[in-house]
Amino acid sequence: MAGKNPWGGPGKNGDGESSSGDKPGGSGQDGPRNPWLPGGGSGDGKRRSASIEDIFKNRGPEGPNRGGSGGGPNFRMPERPGGGSWLPVIIGGVVLIGLALTSLHLVEPKEKAIVKTLGSYSRTLDSGLHFTFPYPIETVDIEDVEGVRAVNIPSSGESAKLILTGDQNLVDLSYIVRWRINNLADFKFQLAEPIETVNEVAEAAMRASVAEKTLDATFTGAGRAEIQLAVRERMQETLDAYRAGIQVVGVEIAKADPPSEVVDAFRDVSVAEQNADAARNLARGYAQQTIAGAEGEAEAFEKVYEQYRLAPGVTRQRLYYETMERVLAQTDKTIVEAEGVTPYLPLPELRRRATPPAPITAQAQPTEQGQ
Amino acid sequence: MEALWNSYRWIIIAIALVIVGTLMSVYVVNEEEQVVVIRTGEPVYVANRPGSDWGAGPYLRIPFIDTLRVVEKRVLDLEMTDEEVLSNDQQRLLVNAYARFRIVDPIRMVERAGTTDGVRVALEPILNSAVRQELGRRTFAAMLTAERGNALANVRANIDREARQYGAEVIDVQIKRTDLPEGRPLESAFQRMESDREREARTIRAQGTRDARIIRAEADAEAARIFALAFGKDANFYDFYRAMQSYEQSFAKGEGRGASSIILSPQNEYLRQFRGQR
Repeated sequence: MAGKNPWGGPGKNGDGESSSGDKPGGSGQDGPRNPWLPGGGSGDGKRRSASIEDIFKNRGPEGPNRGGSGGGPNFRMPERPGGGSWLPVIIGGVVLIGLALTSLHLVEPKEKAIVKTLGSYSRTLDSGLHFTFPYPIETVDIEDVEGVRAVNIPSSGESAKLILTGDQNLVDLSYIVRWRINNLADFKFQLAEPIETVNEVAEAAMRASVAEKTLDATFTGAGRAEIQLAVRERMQETLDAYRAGIQVVGVEIAKADPPSEVVDAFRDVSVAEQNADAARNLARGYAQQTIAGAEGEAEAFEKVYEQYRLAPGVTRQRLYYETMERVLAQTDKTIVEAEGVTPYLPLPELRRRATPPAPITAQAQPTEQGQ
Repeated sequence: MEALWNSYRWIIIAIALVIVGTLMSVYVVNEEEQVVVIRTGEPVYVANRPGSDWGAGPYLRIPFIDTLRVVEKRVLDLEMTDEEVLSNDQQRLLVNAYARFRIVDPIRMVERAGTTDGVRVALEPILNSAVRQELGRRTFAAMLTAERGNALANVRANIDREARQYGAEVIDVQIKRTDLPEGRPLESAFQRMESDREREARTIRAQGTRDARIIRAEADAEAARIFALAFGKDANFYDFYRAMQSYEQSFAKGEGRGASSIILSPQNEYLRQFRGQR
């Protein structure tokens, strides 16, 4: 039992005894050597299963009549329709499917595949259906090459990383690097950790580029655009030097803020800007009002003056009387006639009248007089 | 099966031996790795070394005698620990750099460092000190910007020289981070930024006030010009006209003005007709 094949074992356990008398025809030598071969197995199986009587006959101690030569030793054919003899067929099928799976490759349009023949890079497959030698002779590694991958730096879990600007200030920057594979073989075989490399190269490039700018430039749109471009070029240059097979599609600064520790001071600057604008606006309002007023007044004078020029004396008199009328109509008038007569001037009374509505309560009166 | 075994025993054993023997004497070198074959403790040759004709693929070896050491062929990463660097103007900066290296002489590497991690361990302090030395010669501002490329080229050359001894080649050195150290340097940077912004805010406010004043003064001047232009046409009449307006403003009743009492002398011009004189 020790030397039996692993796949033959279970089958034999099931009907090994009864098959001892089994003798195939001329195929005695070939059959047992490859019991799982589909050809031999299935052909015999069919024949046997055609008649149940045959099966019973075979079980009998006399053995089958069909084989003729009974000299065969313990040969057993896989022709048995019973459970055991199918096992080799199943195993054969699995092996075939396995071979098919490892030698047939569907590469999607956005993908490419690297083929290694016994470990050595042999070719790159474009999209389509491809055949290769089965594993382990050829191994195929399919990778998405069109898809643009995006890296957020700092990644969502990380805390903000402050970056030093050229004027030695700090800026809290987050950005996105988008890249794709443009040479799959280089991508696979040049860098041990391509993705990590992209991140590190991005960080180095970003810090170098920001260090060339002032703090204010990192906040302005133009400055940001320059930084983005510089980072992209720097990254590409470095990655090309590594032959990374990576193309940097774009670098976008998502956020450039002052560090949270000093954000209040930055807010105060924008408040100050608004204050200054407000002061300017108020002054402009005043200016418009003043000038409009002056223009109105000047215009009014000129209108009157025009009339005055037509009849100077009369107009002058008219204006004088009209004004006096308006003035004197609203004031208390006293005319002192004779010289040397000192009239009584009711000044306290006048003063009281001058004050707005006198209090009605009697108590309030003295107080007010006291004032 | 037993029968099979009984009659073909020797063939099966032979086949098994051949299979096992083949498996033991053939090895496959992958594209991304190099393999050093060590025969009785001595590295003999390398498969798939960069630049050699012996590329990746299947190779033969002597079972039991040859042992294999797989070495990465691709570019590897050497990370520096965060290092505080003192610039020559006595400012502190926290620097973090990385180097990319690859094993070009695996035999030497296996002999002197054992594994790629061994190379890393050997090179890391060298990278640290090379970066610190090189940057320490520069001013703080220069560390940030201008001479950076230059400095890194020097660092790379230095560390590459050392790395060659371990069979490695340093391709590139980049400064990944330059940060202000936590504590006082960072605090004072924040303070400086804050005071900078305060100054800016003050300046902006003052500019606003200044602009407002100028705008008002200009308007006043413009108004004066308009008045002068109009009133200058007849100064005498203006005097009269303006006097009339002024009386009305001063004596007539109005919102928020006190009532006036006027004592008129009979000699008053207004009463000329009142006196009946001609």
